[in-house]
Amino acid sequence: MNPGRILALAKKDWKRTLREPAVLFMIILFPLVLTIAFGASFGAGASQAVSYPVAVVDQGVPGASSPSQQFTQALTSAGVLKVQPYSDNQTAQSALSQGTVQAVLLIPSEFDASIQSFKAYPGDSSRWVNSSLSLYVDSASLVAGQVIPSAVQSVLDTAILGVKPQTIASPVSISSPSLVQVTSTTVFDTFAPGLYSFASIFLIMMVAQSFTTDKESGMLRRISVTTTTTTELMLSEVVSYMVIGLAQVLLIFGASYALGYHPRAGVEGLALGFLIAVIFSTCNVGFGLITAAISKNAGAATGLSFLFVLPQMFLGTFVGSALSATAQSVGKAVPAYYVTDALTSLFSRGAAVTSGTVLLDLLAVTVFSVVILMAGIFLFNKFSRISR
Amino acid sequence: MLSRGEAGIDIQGLAKAYADVKAVDGLTLSIDRGELFGLLGPNGSGKTTTINCLNGLVKPTAGRMSVGGYDVEKETAQVRAISGLSPQETAVYPFLTGRENIELFGELYSVSGGTLKSRVDYVIGKVGLAEDARRRVSTYSGGTKRRVSIAMALIQDPEFLFLDEPTVAMDPQSRRAVWDFIRELKSRGKTILLTTHYMEEAEELCDRVGIIDHGKLIALGTPSELKAKYQAKSLEDVFIGITGRTIREGA
Repeated sequence: MNPGRILALAKKDWKRTLREPAVLFMIILFPLVLTIAFGASFGAGASQAVSYPVAVVDQGVPGASSPSQQFTQALTSAGVLKVQPYSDNQTAQSALSQGTVQAVLLIPSEFDASIQSFKAYPGDSSRWVNSSLSLYVDSASLVAGQVIPSAVQSVLDTAILGVKPQTIASPVSISSPSLVQVTSTTVFDTFAPGLYSFASIFLIMMVAQSFTTDKESGMLRRISVTTTTTTELMLSEVVSYMVIGLAQVLLIFGASYALGYHPRAGVEGLALGFLIAVIFSTCNVGFGLITAAISKNAGAATGLSFLFVLPQMFLGTFVGSALSATAQSVGKAVPAYYVTDALTSLFSRGAAVTSGTVLLDLLAVTVFSVVILMAGIFLFNKFSRISR
Repeated sequence: MLSRGEAGIDIQGLAKAYADVKAVDGLTLSIDRGELFGLLGPNGSGKTTTINCLNGLVKPTAGRMSVGGYDVEKETAQVRAISGLSPQETAVYPFLTGRENIELFGELYSVSGGTLKSRVDYVIGKVGLAEDARRRVSTYSGGTKRRVSIAMALIQDPEFLFLDEPTVAMDPQSRRAVWDFIRELKSRGKTILLTTHYMEEAEELCDRVGIIDHGKLIALGTPSELKAKYQAKSLEDVFIGITGRTIREGA
């Protein structure tokens, strides 16, 4: 294997990206414009922060110093929730059904004992008193459905238990366990992580068009009669599109940051998030190769690429948050879902890089990418006959 | 990578069929080291298929081939290391400049640094691209693209050169420049197999020619030998004399 040849071919792809207007638009300008448009339209920036009315029914021990009261106070202080105390569950549920509030949080009587047992024996789960917070969210409000459960979990972890989100076990569980950023949450904050995967999936179309164009023009055959091996050719594609994927990530990060979306992740979290997005770009190279393998020309490749673009777009990016629970479950079959989930955990929830959710997402994206890339290389070689 | 001894190009019983169409039908041919050999014939006669078989791009149905002493089937990588191909289609990257296309192929043959620069400068000068080399190929005429294509085939200074219809779509001035360059390559000892359906090109350049029709070799010799044998004024007349058709009527 000759690194010089791989780099030479990768440089050629970078020049194509920068010099061909259609490619430049789809890979670089489109994600940038989309990020700016979404940021401007959906309230990026702290000044446009929204809060969600939540009915809290505290069945714990009365008194300002009790954990349940401290928890209620912390929920109020977090900013994203507008806490409204209710004396009983029935009245709160009635308010929810009438749309007065967007969620009901029921704090059980065992909550205080749970928190006290955790603080007394943080490392000994056998001595904890377990309890469960019941959360009911307005199903008609898609954004509330994403934000409120996560906000509650995050406040519980950071303000009451004093741990980083999703790092260790605790005696308190929530009926709806997803996590979203607590402070100054906007619709754009919810969508922003999905923009990274959204931008990357259009690499599929570009890779497919690039290969079919080179196949049609005779360039692939011409390259194949040099001393360049098929492995070097394929590796050059992976390298070039990983770099392009990284450029996309940095551009979206810069644009969304400028618009007010400030990820909760530290340097490690950002690095891992970027790494996951870059790995995902190799997955899209694989999809692009599969598309090129079954396409007779660049026009067909453009159309057929949507076989892979659309499912990922609807099921795996920010678009998926507007779909039904069933559709969201189906989303687990597409790699983009795990990218968005990991970036949401890292950037919006502030999850640690060692959290189980993030590591599982990383594993899923890696496995998907390796399998799809190998399948793409195999099918392209088999059906495109670039070598004998 | 060097060829084995003084071996040239050897083709024995080459056949290639696509479904029930015989593109090449039992071709046997030897081209000496340092020879400039022309394979003539109408479109569809099997010229390009023969060249593609010699480059390992197409797997033959039957027969054996060697280039520079290397078996094409078993030692394809070695054959590719000592040969260059200018294909019939003008395969160049339109978004790169002429110079960048040539440099890219130099790098694909592991030519680098000062050697790459001097070779790029040399071939650009020889094919008459000096004024256009820094413009993107998308702005070139068809003839200029072909000159880039030829330069890409020569950048690694190959011992064996396959030129498939090298001067198609070129204006007379460019064609003359390319002919001069081909002659210079021959004078430097390169072994060249070119295909053409321009009979005057073959008469002007080639040491020997083989006329191919329907995949079969129907005549072989120097241009003057063939003209004398068939009592013809030109190679076009030789073809008409053998087949009863003009070369542009097709196979």
